[in-house]
Amino acid sequence: MPTQLPADAPSGPPRVSPFYDPRIRGAAYQILLLLAVGVVAWIAIGNAAENLRNARVASGFGFLGNTAGFDVNQTVIPFTAATSTYGTAFLVGLTNTLIVAAIGIVLATLLGFAVGVARLSPNWIVRTLATVYVEVLRNIPLLLQLLFWYVAVLASLPSARDSYALGTSVFLNQRGLYLPKPLLAADAWALPLALAIGIIGTLLFRAHARREQARTGRRLPVLAVGLALVLGLPLLAYGVLALLGIAPVALDFPIKGTFNLRGGMQLYPEFVALVLGLTVYTAAFIAEVVRAGIQAVNRGQTEAARALGLQPGPTMRLVVIPQAMRVIVPPLTSQFLNLTKNSSLAVAIGYPDLVQVFMGTVLNQTGQAVEVVAITMAVYLTISLVTAFAMNLYNRRVALIER
Amino acid sequence: MKRIVAALAFGLGATLLAGAAQAQGTLNSIKQKGYISCGSNPGLAGFGVPDAQGRWTGLDVDFCRALSAAIFNDVTKVRFIPLSAKDRFTALQSGEVDILSRNTTWSMSRDTTLGLDFPAVNFYDGQGFMVKKKLGVTSAKQLDGASVCTQQGTTTELNLADYFRANKLKYEVVAFASADETFKAYDSGRCDAFTTDASGLYAERLRASAPDDNIVLPEIISKEPLGPAVRQGDAQWADIVRWTHYAMLNAEEAGITQGNVDQMVKSSDNPDVKRILGTEGKYGTDLGLTNDWAYRIIKLVGNYAEVFEKNVGQGSPLKIQRGVNALWSKGGLQYGPPIR
Repeated sequence: MPTQLPADAPSGPPRVSPFYDPRIRGAAYQILLLLAVGVVAWIAIGNAAENLRNARVASGFGFLGNTAGFDVNQTVIPFTAATSTYGTAFLVGLTNTLIVAAIGIVLATLLGFAVGVARLSPNWIVRTLATVYVEVLRNIPLLLQLLFWYVAVLASLPSARDSYALGTSVFLNQRGLYLPKPLLAADAWALPLALAIGIIGTLLFRAHARREQARTGRRLPVLAVGLALVLGLPLLAYGVLALLGIAPVALDFPIKGTFNLRGGMQLYPEFVALVLGLTVYTAAFIAEVVRAGIQAVNRGQTEAARALGLQPGPTMRLVVIPQAMRVIVPPLTSQFLNLTKNSSLAVAIGYPDLVQVFMGTVLNQTGQAVEVVAITMAVYLTISLVTAFAMNLYNRRVALIER
Repeated sequence: MKRIVAALAFGLGATLLAGAAQAQGTLNSIKQKGYISCGSNPGLAGFGVPDAQGRWTGLDVDFCRALSAAIFNDVTKVRFIPLSAKDRFTALQSGEVDILSRNTTWSMSRDTTLGLDFPAVNFYDGQGFMVKKKLGVTSAKQLDGASVCTQQGTTTELNLADYFRANKLKYEVVAFASADETFKAYDSGRCDAFTTDASGLYAERLRASAPDDNIVLPEIISKEPLGPAVRQGDAQWADIVRWTHYAMLNAEEAGITQGNVDQMVKSSDNPDVKRILGTEGKYGTDLGLTNDWAYRIIKLVGNYAEVFEKNVGQGSPLKIQRGVNALWSKGGLQYGPPIR
């Protein structure tokens, strides 16, 4: 840097010809690149359409409105071969994928944190077990694990006729776990309402307790009050309705039919195997992420906490984990995304997820490969981006705020 | 810069235009590369299955060998590409295979919307059910409430839904991507019934842990005309596929077999036989092949009856009766239009 400037020196960067201006040049290259990509994409799309026309393959998204004509065994939205469309089949696959992904993420996170913390345990047996778990499960391909769980789940269970029975209402056999299904009566809306009030009340009480602790240092019994509200209010509502002579919830019991059990609620072996496989596999990776996060926290933090008289439990919960989270969250997000995408392996064990129903059956019955694959890719992309977005929001919250 | 963009556009254009190679004719492209890419079943006894030596056997793979015989005078110029029911049409549409010869049902929507042609039917079949004997079921009508294992992306899956709906029976479908997984699930007890084409039921039963504990129910719930499929828009190739099947039928009808074909070609004065074997007329060259194309097929692969008996009939573990697959002259549906 010159320490002295001539009085008439122009302010700002030296003036050059626009042709040599690095900023203009940079922008020009980017525009050129964008144009090139756009042209290539345009050619590719045009070509694909042209080739499809030449091959006389029908195209367009109109097929989504056609009647599907096939059945799916596990659906949360109504689906029948007679009236439902390919579009509905898509939604069936999508909801099934989302259900498996959501349950898998929750369970894998819980298991992964437990194993990750256990890997650093001073107890030799706990530590070794956790290490063996991680090393075994993350080194075997997920597909093999899924097949193992599916075969293991199936092979160890009796046939439908000789189901294991717990009382007269719970059955376990090769076709899955059968439970009584609650049927909500017309007046049953009071129950979810009571539950919602309970949850909101708990949240408000927790906020109040925090303020109270910050102000006076006194700790209020959040857990006890919360449990009372969340469980107590619905029970109270149920009691009131029962006193009024209304049975808000009836139970539909599974009954043995000629082949399977009828009625009730069924948890399918394909679903169980998929959730189990995804959970234990991803948990092994999450455990490593958690271990790395905890080890990234300076040892001095633990020592300082102990010096203040905190027990090992609270030290971990209040001092170490919160600091570890900022290291844990980004790779944890990747694991969530992996789990969601890996759920597409469901196709191997017959669980009707998006890939199985939509890219399998629908693609084959309609032959609309380009459209179906494009939609499926867009869906996974959307799910992944939404997950990443949510996790980034969370990441911003737990990130280290420097003062 | 300009040169880079041009090269880029050319390179990408070449990749994206790969499909256009088909426009020059499947026969030409087969001759150029020196072999037929034949989409086959990944494993169905009697129709397309690799044996312990890795050699493919079956009615459908022999059909590709017959094509290879007709084009190259050699049955080994075929590369078999095993395709699941789910992947088969995409593989054919995209040009990965020249022909699909893997018990594929000819249906109207496949013919009209998938860009496919079904030149011939080499096996008339129908969908049936298999159950475990110990269930005591003797008719498909008794399957109310049953779980049924099926392969996804098949006409089977659709017929199943239709049948249970038409008969007002409840059922639960469990669908798998491959035939192998489907049958394993049935065999291990996940489903009460297994459904596919009747020929497939007999073939799969051989693989069951205890074949005799399973029975095939009498109901045939659909028509399944199975045959080779080709891409639409190449009439010459479709003709070659069509007439390869008809040549094998006409040979059976005229009594020409692998054993006597050499003698027939020398001494027969039956004009039908002479036209089939190419000693009279120029039917083979009109087809784009050599005039002895049918002779090659019969000499190297055999007539329809021989191929049928060897792979799925009395000479095989499947022991399927000719039934509707007998020649029209013997009460069946197989009818070879005249070569003339």
